[in-house]
Amino acid sequence: MRVNFTVNGRPQEADDVWEGESLLYVLRERLGLPGSKNACEQGECGSCTVRLDGVPVCSCLVAAGQAEGRDVVTVEGLADYARQRSCGTGARGGTSLDEARGWQAGRADSQTGEGTGLSPVQQAFIDAGAVQCGFCTPGLLVAADEMLERNPNPSDADIREALSGNLCRCTGYEKIMDAVRLAAARQSEGV
Amino acid sequence: MDFLRPASWEEALAAKAEHPTAVPIAGGTDVMVEINFDHRRPEYLLDLGRVGDLYEWEVGEDTVRLGASVPYTAIMENLRAELPGLALASHTVASPQIRNRGGVGGNLGTASPAGDAHPALLAAGAEVEVESAARGTRRIPVDAFYTGVKRNALQSDELIRAVHIDKADGPQQYSKVGTRNAMVIAVCAFGLALHPRTRTVRTGIGSAAPTPVRATAAEEFLNAALEEGGFWDNGKIITPSAAKRFADLCSAACNPIDDVRGTASYRRHAVGVMARRTLTWTWESYRGARRATEGAA
Ligand SMILES: Cc1cc2nc3c(=O)[nH]c(=O)nc-3n(C[C@H](O)[C@H](O)[C@H](O)COP(=O)(O)OP(=O)(O)OC[C@H]3O[C@@H](n4cnc5c(N)ncnc54)[C@H](O)[C@@H]3O)c2cc1C
Ligand code: FES
Ligand code: FES
Repeated sequence: MRVNFTVNGRPQEADDVWEGESLLYVLRERLGLPGSKNACEQGECGSCTVRLDGVPVCSCLVAAGQAEGRDVVTVEGLADYARQRSCGTGARGGTSLDEARGWQAGRADSQTGEGTGLSPVQQAFIDAGAVQCGFCTPGLLVAADEMLERNPNPSDADIREALSGNLCRCTGYEKIMDAVRLAAARQSEGV
Repeated sequence: MDFLRPASWEEALAAKAEHPTAVPIAGGTDVMVEINFDHRRPEYLLDLGRVGDLYEWEVGEDTVRLGASVPYTAIMENLRAELPGLALASHTVASPQIRNRGGVGGNLGTASPAGDAHPALLAAGAEVEVESAARGTRRIPVDAFYTGVKRNALQSDELIRAVHIDKADGPQQYSKVGTRNAMVIAVCAFGLALHPRTRTVRTGIGSAAPTPVRATAAEEFLNAALEEGGFWDNGKIITPSAAKRFADLCSAACNPIDDVRGTASYRRHAVGVMARRTLTWTWESYRGARRATEGAA
């Protein structure tokens, strides 16, 4: 079957999709967006977290057909998404598939991520040393960014709660906590 | 495999009537795991995601009509006052990502003895509204809904439309044993609701029998003990011996198995502990509320 949906602000079409396929598989294998990771395929690890109509979900548990007509944001589109949000403009320029596939972090020399192609939460993860192997990072970024959008001044308990569906096998979580606190602090300082 | 995408409730019922083997998919948090691991290859997937009615709830005089697909997150955020037991239970489900998708309709569809909604529904009192194109609507008391391990009372042409849950008329609690706070399937779980209006206590036990069950003998014992001692009126502390007897009877209502998550004897023991604790918590809050109203009067 064919699935038409919006990915990172641009309309996309995936063809030859098997009816039992997950949104995660479509993103990775049909659209060539490997940012969302596949680790468990059973909702346990959160490394496949994307936003579906704004809501964080495990894309491995969304049937591809359920995404028809919906709006998906992946880690590849996070920087653009965050930029549009902070500009307060409704219309998003979006991230094309080519840009997304060629996505690379710029030099980590800006606090805000501006000019580096990073969202503030991505920059904070780098600055706080919250990335080791990096496999959990995309899912954590999407989940953390969504929490900061809802709750700009989270308590530690709020952060733990919001990230409780994301497993990390490397960091022991402390640096991840630091990164989210840092992103929140920078956000509230308006830098 | 075919992917059926009804745009309305009527279309969904028609599709289920035409293809009784079709597997409904709501949040997909149970169905997709089975498909991803090749445990299930249904001929038809029936996506309920476009049936808007299923995502709505109505707060009535005595009950809440909760659409089958209302996600746990919405229950926690919007229905804490009306359905405190279910809101607490919802908060223990998995993770934010899963709670954003999964809901009570899917929990009932799967009918796992470990499903967290069940003890809360049993304790609060609820009816499941199901419908088929051929026979229309019927309401199944939740006590009669669970018919076996992962089996329920649905016919092959029926879909769950909503759950009618009694609004809380007193304190409710939900308690769950697991290895950590997030992402835990219950080793066992316990829901308890005080119903001061009818002067009754209701319970629900999860993961300690082939189906979710009520501890009816324990309820009857406690209802009689509270009545006899005038506890609902005098607001006294429930005697330790009565609380212990209640806990023992709750343990006795279990029919658990040994499995990877826990042994049968641990489950029985833990259910007793949770029964005593949830009774203490709810009764304390009932007494507190009584004192507050008396103080005001
Ligand atoms: C990582 C992980 C952790 C989990 N942790 C918990 C937990 O802690 N506690 C818990 O209770 N559950 C847990 N679950 C299981 C699951 O999230 C719940 O059972 C949830 O309520 C299912 O809802 P859903 O909408 O996603 O159901 P779906 O997967 O869409 O459907 C589940 C079943 O119900 C049927 N169904 C759905 N809607 C209807 C309807 N309207 N009419 C008829 N049949 C219907 C489907 O055909 C299917 O058989 C977990 C799952 C995962 C993946
Ligand atoms: S791959 Fe989806 S939650 Fe692990
Ligand atoms: S950095 Fe390796 S899993 Fe988190």
